[in-house]
Amino acid sequence: MDKTINQKAWFLVLPVFLVVAFSAVLPLMTVVNYSMQDTFGNNQFFWNGVGWFKELLDPTTDLGGRFLASLWRNLFFSAVILAIEVPLGIVVALSMPRQGFSVAVCLVILALPLLIPWNVVGTIWQIFGRPDIGLLGYVLNSLGLNYNYVSNDLDAWATVIVMDVWHWTSLVALLCYAGLKSIPDAYYQAAQIDGASRWAVFKAIQLPKMIAVLLRFMDSFMIYTEPFVVTGGGPGNSTTFVSIELVKIALGQFDLGKAAALSLVYNLIIIIVCWIFYTVMTNAGVERRVVVDKKGVK
Amino acid sequence: MHSIPGRRVILSLFLAFLLLPIYWLVNMSFKTNGEIVSTMTLWPHQPTIANYMRIFTDESWYSGYINSLKYVVINTIISISVALPAAYAFSRYRFLGDKHLFFWLLSNRMAPAAVYALPFFNLYSAINLFDTPWAVALAHCIFNVPLAVWILEGFVSGVPREIDETAFLDGYSFPRFFVRILVPLIASGIGVAAFFCFMFSWVELLLARTLTSVDAKPISAVMTRTVSAAGMDWGLLAAAGVLTIIPGALVIWFVRNYIARGFALGRV
Repeated sequence: MDKTINQKAWFLVLPVFLVVAFSAVLPLMTVVNYSMQDTFGNNQFFWNGVGWFKELLDPTTDLGGRFLASLWRNLFFSAVILAIEVPLGIVVALSMPRQGFSVAVCLVILALPLLIPWNVVGTIWQIFGRPDIGLLGYVLNSLGLNYNYVSNDLDAWATVIVMDVWHWTSLVALLCYAGLKSIPDAYYQAAQIDGASRWAVFKAIQLPKMIAVLLRFMDSFMIYTEPFVVTGGGPGNSTTFVSIELVKIALGQFDLGKAAALSLVYNLIIIIVCWIFYTVMTNAGVERRVVVDKKGVK
Repeated sequence: MHSIPGRRVILSLFLAFLLLPIYWLVNMSFKTNGEIVSTMTLWPHQPTIANYMRIFTDESWYSGYINSLKYVVINTIISISVALPAAYAFSRYRFLGDKHLFFWLLSNRMAPAAVYALPFFNLYSAINLFDTPWAVALAHCIFNVPLAVWILEGFVSGVPREIDETAFLDGYSFPRFFVRILVPLIASGIGVAAFFCFMFSWVELLLARTLTSVDAKPISAVMTRTVSAAGMDWGLLAAAGVLTIIPGALVIWFVRNYIARGFALGRV
């Protein structure tokens, strides 16, 4: 299906363009403006050129060290949760019952964590993991494990990761489940006999899997609320991710120049990664359409 | 699908893992603080609804819920109404810069809220919207509008182009075609997009907290009040948490039969 060229379509897109430009471009201009200046309070600003950027990308300075450390921490975190959530989500999707009342029950329970406000997710795990009043912390400690996410780096990391798995695996599972539903039952049963079912399953979850990876990477790369509520970025700085560092500098210390420079670099990384995913996904989408078209012809 | 051994076991374990922390929160919300701190009990031995009563009788508490719902509803309406025509345009036409525009929109969905917190504060203070539901609703548009466009584009593409052409031949004007024919055809898609807008606006805290101070304070920000000089009021915190889960749970229950189709996002 070819699209027709029609420049008037811009009128249809205009409302979206205006709304998003108002919330994205205007604020971003402020950020660019701040990133080149220094302030000593009193609304007095001084030109600082690329000074903040130099400092940010130089690991020997305080700012650069903090930024790079939080960046690596965040990338590591994203890698770990992707490695757990994607396979686990697919397994859960494959384990879903095909029909009956139990499907609705499973779907509702799966979707539940997705609709809990992020700070409440943090609160839930903060309570659940406490050795004195939380079930998890209490059980682990009575098993003889010295678990305490407030003082131990490793425990804090484990808590933040398990929390994220708890919170978001459902998204992967639901996306893949929706993909699997696209396999017609009749074909599905036939495929089981001739052994082609693995391939059919693989094809059906290919696109949802990629959407899930994209969404999970992006959201874990800008994670803020949940770890902030549970660990506050600690112990020390061990769970301080990029967004937490940024809010600390921007709203905590009110270091506008530094925060703005960090924001721009942060945004740039995200746009680059997003572009890579987007290109891969669009290409896969095209391939998929070709496959579907061929089927139609046959 | 039947090839995975013990699939019932895997699924049950996973669902239990999802429910256990939530159960613990509900459990705590019915306990007195004395019971919470002094003993480890698997269910409330002296059940009390005092925590809930405090929230329902104190205006500063329950207004938090109303404020949250206000900006979520405003945001969903704005997002869907601006996204509909754009989704149609992206699905049907090719125009100057369409692909770049689409990517630019999507990249805003991915932009970290932390980057925008401070500039938004300045922006909405400057135009006198600070501390109103409108500020939060507009701010949340940055991630919900692109998402709505993306989802609706998938659904519009599922409508055969012949339908448009026939309608135009029958003398429908564009606005009339849009309202009378297209919107009813993609009603389920609009429902899905609204569900996702509701979801992402309801769960967001950083922007909602930064853009409000007193009058429009969302419930998630009110919850921080449970920390006082006397220590944490755990029971109250748990009760407030449970109450924030309920709207989401209700929404899911009503859309349970559409979840599978919804998460296909009109594409899969």
